[in-house]
Amino acid sequence: MRIILVATTALISSTIGAYAEGELNLFNWGNYTSPEMIEKFTAETGISVTITDYDSNTTALTKVEAGGSGFDLVVPSANYIPVYVRKGLIAELDHSKIPNISNIAPEWKDVPWDQGRTHSVPWQWGSVGIAVNTTVYGGDVNTSELFMDPPEELVGKINVVPEMTDVINMAIFNQGGEACTEDLTLLKKVRDKMMAAKPKWLSMDYGTTDKLSSGDYAASVNWNGSTMRARINNPDIVYGYPKEGYPLFMDSVALLSDAKNVDEAYQFINFILEPENAAMISSFARYANGVAGSDAFMPEDMKTAPEIVAPAELAAAGQFIPTCPQSATDLYTAIWTELLK
Amino acid sequence: MSRPETGRKAPRSKGVDGWLLSAPALILLIVAASGPLLIVAIYSVLEKGDYSGVRWILSGEGWFRVLFERDIFDQTISLADANLSIFWRSIKLSIATTIITFGFGLPTAWFIATRPARSRAFWLFLITVPFWTNLLIRTFAIMEVIRNQGILNTFLTHFGLISEPIQILYTDTAVLIGMTYVYLPLMVLPLYAAIDRFDFRLIEAGYDLYASRWQVLRGVILPIIKPGIVAGSILVFIPSLGAYVTPRVLGGGKNMMIGNFIELQFGQGQNWPLGAALSTLLLLVVLVSLIVYTRVSSKDNTNG
Repeated sequence: MRIILVATTALISSTIGAYAEGELNLFNWGNYTSPEMIEKFTAETGISVTITDYDSNTTALTKVEAGGSGFDLVVPSANYIPVYVRKGLIAELDHSKIPNISNIAPEWKDVPWDQGRTHSVPWQWGSVGIAVNTTVYGGDVNTSELFMDPPEELVGKINVVPEMTDVINMAIFNQGGEACTEDLTLLKKVRDKMMAAKPKWLSMDYGTTDKLSSGDYAASVNWNGSTMRARINNPDIVYGYPKEGYPLFMDSVALLSDAKNVDEAYQFINFILEPENAAMISSFARYANGVAGSDAFMPEDMKTAPEIVAPAELAAAGQFIPTCPQSATDLYTAIWTELLK
Repeated sequence: MSRPETGRKAPRSKGVDGWLLSAPALILLIVAASGPLLIVAIYSVLEKGDYSGVRWILSGEGWFRVLFERDIFDQTISLADANLSIFWRSIKLSIATTIITFGFGLPTAWFIATRPARSRAFWLFLITVPFWTNLLIRTFAIMEVIRNQGILNTFLTHFGLISEPIQILYTDTAVLIGMTYVYLPLMVLPLYAAIDRFDFRLIEAGYDLYASRWQVLRGVILPIIKPGIVAGSILVFIPSLGAYVTPRVLGGGKNMMIGNFIELQFGQGQNWPLGAALSTLLLLVVLVSLIVYTRVSSKDNTNG
């Protein structure tokens, strides 16, 4: 038995290329972590990283809250960070262990959801818009009407990602409301319009990058980086910034309170704040990061990508979604559950 | 594969020894099966917590929401037809899966059971091959076949049989195809076991008495292999009812089954008590239908 164990360990460590001195369990969104960056981290530190995927903030929160997850780091969206803090699920960061903390770009230092970055550091940020295959639909793509009231060409061909915060807020903006609104008349309109649109949707699914590229979806409510990856595979894909308003998001890395590999986690946090490494994360998932100086290491095609650089007249329509009060979240969840079933 | 001898039963172990021997299994069952079930049952009568979890306050809201829904805006109470339609879709799809797997499974099992004894093991082995691969991977493989740019549609368009890809993925048909594929072995194996014990001379006897092929099937074969049909149907129907992966991947998140609906309550729905109540209800439905089904079929057996 021991021989088998030793042999297995030897085999695993030899495939990693360096003797693993420590372990780190990263709990992150699917298809979001650059494998090259992880390889580099392991090569430099000898720490082997295990990545587990999740597909929505609620899934991640539920698993972490259940306890005993064994994860060390989690990457929640901005509006979920205060929830993790309130529930005591993430630990306050010891900045003395993160020399690179000063690399965080000034605009991402004092963010509303984490003043002074006491609990999280930037991972990536981007926008939620609508990806459209122009061979199917040639009209205006910069509108959320595409999924709220799909045009003839997109009926039965449009996907909506099942991420509540992003979709509900885009729908609220579509009806002229503001993020976190509790205006019942407006929310009723939001619900009724989405319920009417749902039969015209093809699906409510993830995995949009592949299915947009392959043409399984003619359009999808989608994130900008994912759309850029789809466009690289399939040049017919364009990214629309809904002029009625669209959500911006930032996902940040946080240390779980019950993390076992705390030192390794700090090394990782410090590592990703190195501009060159942050650029590796971005060049994989195709979202911007919040690290100053990473532009110098960014791939050329990202500096001008229409998915990353919003057109001037539409840039103002994007806004960050704050953490809404529980009463608003309860309303949204009720609408969302009704929509999903 | 010899015919089992009848009339011989394993000697019953008596008294304390038997209990001691079965104690590990019993304890495991009680702790590992009943424990979690108890937690689920308790959670169903508690109040929902913020974002997830429960508050330790007694509440009937979870069970109430199984049957009724309260309008978000005017608080009017109505029958939860969405919940009922999800239950109904699950039951419908599970029954359809059972019937289709039986349709495919019976000829397959018959074919295997009528091969020479030596080659039967090989055919049975082929039936078990799909189990070597993870369910999720097999489901994704099905997706590759039926998606718009998949093998089936590419093939049909290539030969000019269709001009536009047929939308199969993300429909109930896709879920049905997936479940039939996944659960087919569970139907074939018990059917095979039943047919294997079948005395083929009875068919000749039937023909000698001028029965038609149909009559032989209806009057001789089906009643005798009935235990296999019952076992196969139970093995297919129950996991179909609780299927999660197949409808999730092939149904596209719009066509939910009970399993996905329960998951929704624990995840994005943030309503654990409702999820727990739905789980308990599903368990009760399965339990009751099992009892009814076995009662009815065993009664038939004694009559026939």
